[in-house]
Amino acid sequence: MSHFLDRLTFFRKQVDTFADGHGVVTNEPRAWEDGYRKRWQHDKVVRSTHGVNCTGSCSWKIYVKGGIVTWETQQTDYPRTRPDLPNHEPRGCARGASYSWYLYSANRVKHPMVRGRLLKLWREARAIRTPVAAWASIVEDAEKRASYTKKRGLGGFVRAGWDEVNEIIAAANAYTARTYGPDRVIGFSPIPAMSMVSYAAGSRYLSLLGGVCMSFYDWYCDLPPASPMTWGEQTDVPESADWYNAGYLMLWGSNVPQTRTPDAHFYTEVRYKGTKSVVVSPDYAEATKFADLWLHPKQGTDAALALAMGHVMLREFYLDRTVPYFDDYARRYTDMPMLVRLVRQGDRYVAERLLRADDFVDGMGEANNPAWKTVAFDAAGNPVVPNGSIGFRWGEQGKWNLEARESGGADVTLALTLAGHGPTARVAFPYFGGAATNGFTATEHPDVLVRNIPVRNLQLRDGEALVTTVFDLLCGNYGLDRGFGGGHVAHSYDTDEPFTPAWAERVTGVPRHQIIHVAREFASNAEKTKGRSMVILGAGLNHWYHMDMAYRGIINLLVFCGCIGQSGGGWAHYVGQEKLRPQTGWAPIAFALDWSRPPRQQNSTSFFYAHTDQWRYETLGVSEILSPTAPEGDWSGALIDYNVRAERMGWLPSAPQLRQNPLTIAARARAAGMEPKDYVAQAVQSGELELSCQDPDDPANWPRNMFVWRSNLLGSSGKGHEYFLKHLLGTSHGVLGKDLGEEGHETPREVRWHDKAPEGKLDLLVTLDFRMSTTCVYSDIVLPTATWYEKNDLNTSDMHPFIHPLSAAVDPAWEARSDWEIYKGIARSFSEVAPEVLGKETDVVLTPIQHDTAGELAQPYEVQDWKTGAVPPIPGRTMPAVSVVERDYPALYERFTSVGPLLEKLGNGGKGIGWDTRHEVEFLRALNGTAPNGQPRLDADLDAIEAILSLAPETNGEVAVKAWEALGRFTGRDHAHLALPKEDEKIRYRDVQAQPRKIISSPTWSGLESEKVCYNAGYTNVHELIPWRTLTGRQQLYQDHLWMRGFGESLVTWRPPVDTKAVAPVQGRHGNGNTEIVLNFITPHQKWGIHSTYSDNLLMLTLNRGGPVIWMSEDDAQRAGIADNDWVEAYNANGALVARAVVSQRVNPGMVMMYHAQEKIVNMPGSEVTGQRGGIHNSVTRAVLKPTHMIGGYAHQSYGFNYYGTVGANRDEFIVIRRMNKVDWLEDTAAKEIV
Amino acid sequence: MGNWINNALFGWYPYVALAVFLLGSLLRFDHGQYTWRAGSSQLLRRKQLRLGSNLFHLGILVIFGGHLVGLLTPVAVFDALGIGHGFKQGMAMLVGGIAGIACWIGIALLAHRRLLDPRIRATSSTSDTAILLLLWAQLTLGLLTIPVSAQHMDGHEMVKFMTWAQGIVTLQPGVAAEVADVSLIFKLHLFLGMTLFVVFPFTRLVHVWSAPVWYLGRTGYQVVRTRRPVARAMADATPAVAGSTGRKPVAEAPALPAGGN
Repeated sequence: MSHFLDRLTFFRKQVDTFADGHGVVTNEPRAWEDGYRKRWQHDKVVRSTHGVNCTGSCSWKIYVKGGIVTWETQQTDYPRTRPDLPNHEPRGCARGASYSWYLYSANRVKHPMVRGRLLKLWREARAIRTPVAAWASIVEDAEKRASYTKKRGLGGFVRAGWDEVNEIIAAANAYTARTYGPDRVIGFSPIPAMSMVSYAAGSRYLSLLGGVCMSFYDWYCDLPPASPMTWGEQTDVPESADWYNAGYLMLWGSNVPQTRTPDAHFYTEVRYKGTKSVVVSPDYAEATKFADLWLHPKQGTDAALALAMGHVMLREFYLDRTVPYFDDYARRYTDMPMLVRLVRQGDRYVAERLLRADDFVDGMGEANNPAWKTVAFDAAGNPVVPNGSIGFRWGEQGKWNLEARESGGADVTLALTLAGHGPTARVAFPYFGGAATNGFTATEHPDVLVRNIPVRNLQLRDGEALVTTVFDLLCGNYGLDRGFGGGHVAHSYDTDEPFTPAWAERVTGVPRHQIIHVAREFASNAEKTKGRSMVILGAGLNHWYHMDMAYRGIINLLVFCGCIGQSGGGWAHYVGQEKLRPQTGWAPIAFALDWSRPPRQQNSTSFFYAHTDQWRYETLGVSEILSPTAPEGDWSGALIDYNVRAERMGWLPSAPQLRQNPLTIAARARAAGMEPKDYVAQAVQSGELELSCQDPDDPANWPRNMFVWRSNLLGSSGKGHEYFLKHLLGTSHGVLGKDLGEEGHETPREVRWHDKAPEGKLDLLVTLDFRMSTTCVYSDIVLPTATWYEKNDLNTSDMHPFIHPLSAAVDPAWEARSDWEIYKGIARSFSEVAPEVLGKETDVVLTPIQHDTAGELAQPYEVQDWKTGAVPPIPGRTMPAVSVVERDYPALYERFTSVGPLLEKLGNGGKGIGWDTRHEVEFLRALNGTAPNGQPRLDADLDAIEAILSLAPETNGEVAVKAWEALGRFTGRDHAHLALPKEDEKIRYRDVQAQPRKIISSPTWSGLESEKVCYNAGYTNVHELIPWRTLTGRQQLYQDHLWMRGFGESLVTWRPPVDTKAVAPVQGRHGNGNTEIVLNFITPHQKWGIHSTYSDNLLMLTLNRGGPVIWMSEDDAQRAGIADNDWVEAYNANGALVARAVVSQRVNPGMVMMYHAQEKIVNMPGSEVTGQRGGIHNSVTRAVLKPTHMIGGYAHQSYGFNYYGTVGANRDEFIVIRRMNKVDWLEDTAAKEIV
Repeated sequence: MGNWINNALFGWYPYVALAVFLLGSLLRFDHGQYTWRAGSSQLLRRKQLRLGSNLFHLGILVIFGGHLVGLLTPVAVFDALGIGHGFKQGMAMLVGGIAGIACWIGIALLAHRRLLDPRIRATSSTSDTAILLLLWAQLTLGLLTIPVSAQHMDGHEMVKFMTWAQGIVTLQPGVAAEVADVSLIFKLHLFLGMTLFVVFPFTRLVHVWSAPVWYLGRTGYQVVRTRRPVARAMADATPAVAGSTGRKPVAEAPALPAGGN
């Protein structure tokens, strides 16, 4: 019938009334409802998840109708848990449920897009030249190059075909490899666990090319350096289900209901069980309403709070009485019994390094690695070398374990303290709390606190020396009066000495009775439950410059109470989705280890610090963070100088590595008649070869090509956003400050200073994304990639033990392709283009000294820089290791699409253990079929998935058994029993598509998956007696490296936030008549977005204010005359951003919060100060490096990709904030540009 | 020749216009339900819209009413009421003039906004812009007739238009002759007016049909639309579907929507 005719039933429409005529029943046509009903109809349901760094990894049903994804809902078919544990589901949040919006949104990237000016140049050049020559003709002509690089971020994209863009990219890569070296081709993609095959696609291409894969976990500042320091482990944490096993739960700088939404139910449920919940958060965060007690320290003072709690715990549970469980735990699983040398410094002593077997005349009878075996006293007071220190890990077998034995095999109980046995010495501890700035409380204690510590005199190789235990140092450090006399110790909690509760009350604002109360309860619960006290912590703490202090402060509490490695206890650090469960199966595919080793990997923080020239604006002097008790020596130089030294000494990686093209080094070595390794060592010393890090602004050392995929680098994680725009991209920017040269300050000494900084280092920026992100709009080429419902991939998380698939519910829309297909296409083009300039080449690769390899026993005592002539440059020992890698460039595509021979030849492994994997490769040959070269095929994403699942112990029980057996050879203990019951279990892609599957326990991780326990970090260390991968083999609370001592952090202490001095240069200089106030700038994770995505999602924007917002307190708002929803501007020397103000009681005065990664592309007006569009949260930040994170070549403090290295801290920053007068959307400018 | 053109424009074209207008509207209503909307751009930019739109709509409603009543009320009615032709023309000029000027200012604001606001311009369809400009032209022509009318205040010209319009709607052949000798400006106004009827079904003007005037006389604040087919509901003698208490369970009521298509 007709809609119109239906309307004509006017008199028959109303059939009844109700509610006294206030309601009517009508008989109107209801056909219009079909529109809504059909919206939710579907033809099929497919399981997928979201490849986002939210740690959710939730299983979702994707509904498809007519080839279109219509909606998604939570899957509810997780395997049931054991009877006493709540089930995992439902997992998923509103943000995930909004994802399908992206597939068909206006913001979808639908076709390959190229900057119009670049494409014009390319087509002109390509018409008369071969591909590489065409690219050369563009980038070697300064004017042509600038014509597109200076327009980055200003629009002007045009469509191009896949073949054409692939050829441009291939030509650029080939040109760069030939002209400068393959290590000038950089790739940034974060968090493989989000979508590991998509990550592997790009990293495999780059690794075959010799390009550089950039780290992310450290750059995001999600890596807690305290974890490698304490445990020799990047990060290992309990799954969320283990919260349910806790008896006492603290949330400290983590906002579980907001940022771990699908896991929060365990938090709710455990409270029904009676578990007490304490929330530590400066603002009234969402988690706060779960709290039985809310502690709200001033932001950035968490370390002080933790120290005071530690003070209470040591006093009441170690000194006043002995708790058998804690005492036993401390002796067996921590370094507290280990001996530390004391050396004289003026009229007092300072703690030096841990005592080694090598310090004794006879090396304590240790022939193997005596310099790496630590020493303790047994109960009788005799020095012994207990099993498990790192010296036992390499070069011998069977004694690298935590059995309570000494090296000779005798049972031993280690002594915790020297108290009562002899003399004491005056030992100096640095105190930094007197120098607090920017409104943080400075106390009037001296910068050196001398305390009396029990000591013993030992006859050593170099004479008599005083030693003490780590435990005795700790007690001194915490300011505990043990009756040894002397100052700066307290017996009463009310004494104002570092680090008593009374002292902490001043610094943090938390009443002392609350500190005492929580510390007492936390420890008391752990005593009664054997360690079931847990702290959930996160970015709230970890993004401060001195994050190690807050973290180590909290870790100490957990170690004191024996919580690490115990079910329901421990350190639950949740920041990003770093748990790549099938890691050892994935790594060979991802880094092409099946074809060539080693791959090039770089720590991003140091890279971006150097190559976005943020170092040229450095305001933090080393003297400001150096310890007053630093050992004698040269502590001069700028922060980047320390980084250069670290790269030179083989501590940190470099990219690019040498000024000279690495493809030419082997030939030079041949010409000199030397091995490449020896040649490089000699040539860097003679100056014939130069390390790139010494001159990052020299065009020869610029990164030239960059890929960004699965990331929104420029819209999210790029600390110092405006410096990226200015120096790396060379486009319009909002940097407001001047560099060191312009300011007339001292410039760095290890790095060559150019008066004029380069602008626009990159020749080509290529971004793969499904949405036009901020990064995309600044790129030269944008490639449309498949969404999370359009590709096959794998996803794992810290928060649960399941492996989830991403599945292609529909084909990629428009011209989009999966990341695997995109890189495969580039690889094919590259193989076609390469022969123009590249054939089979010999590449010389420098790698830093790696953790979990025998090489980590490199520099046991002093820090010796070969540059100073103190030691010769020895690759892999005093300088980076040098490897020769054969690259067959024309065969790159062939290699990309088949599993290489090295897995069969060299085996597979990870974290220091290896196993034979021929059987699995043979299996893949049968499963995937063979490529033309006879190797297993790796053609489609599904082939890669099956390869990962087959090679990994977590998904192949047979491999798990082999891996545990391999570890058993190190420890001399049987671990295979952990996997034997699952030996026949093989998890394949269709299995995880059918239903979520739990992983198999593997030695890659320190937790177990079983019917008895939830996954909990450190569990196998405690229960299987597998050492932590630290110097002592134990949880290491004392860090004895020279630089740790130099910067006063060998033990945890209180370090106030640093002064970045970013406000003074701009304050009062950009006035618009409104009151300006200065606030601390904090960038937490948001409620309406997850990590780097979703802040442009219309559905999410509709739930909030629809654009960029910052949160501020009512007090501050009143002070600045700002009303709720006013447009405000925040700026400092780094740049400016604009946002609407959310004025809320939630926020405490003195700080402003801006949820991170709010896109520049949505509702963002221009800044009054810079005239540029808005700015993102990182427009006012700048990365500042910390020298202690550069340490390498030293057991657990050795480099590992995403394991250790500089981190991108950003919370110590202050901004000027004021109301805007004129909100300019810059549309006139935009309109003119269009015309 | 002149006569033929006149006849085509004012004798036949009106029927073409009315036919397209009515049939076009009907077809669009039946086949393009989701396109049946006003196409407001208020979400994109509020600036100028409140004043411009209100002036325009107020003005055009007065003008529309004036034309409807003024042209289609038989002359005899006015005569019976004792309203002289001269007085009526004066009123039309005065009220129409005021409303016309208000409307003109409103449409000028709207046109300025639509053409020069980049956000609005970028989201406008050709039809959105064209219909606005057509209305603006028609309004201008209408205002330009006022000085012409002022030259003969006795109302006899006006009666020609009334006769013509009423002749058209009552299907009188040859009424085109009535307006054969009027000023060109009137002819243009008439022609463009009819043209607006022609384009009406293809533009956002269709929202005129759906002006929510019924809302003013609504009964009941809660509307429950029965799920029973219209025919069956009608067949029930008593109001079996009582909204408050007696709503039948879903199982009994087929989910088939009443209208179906």
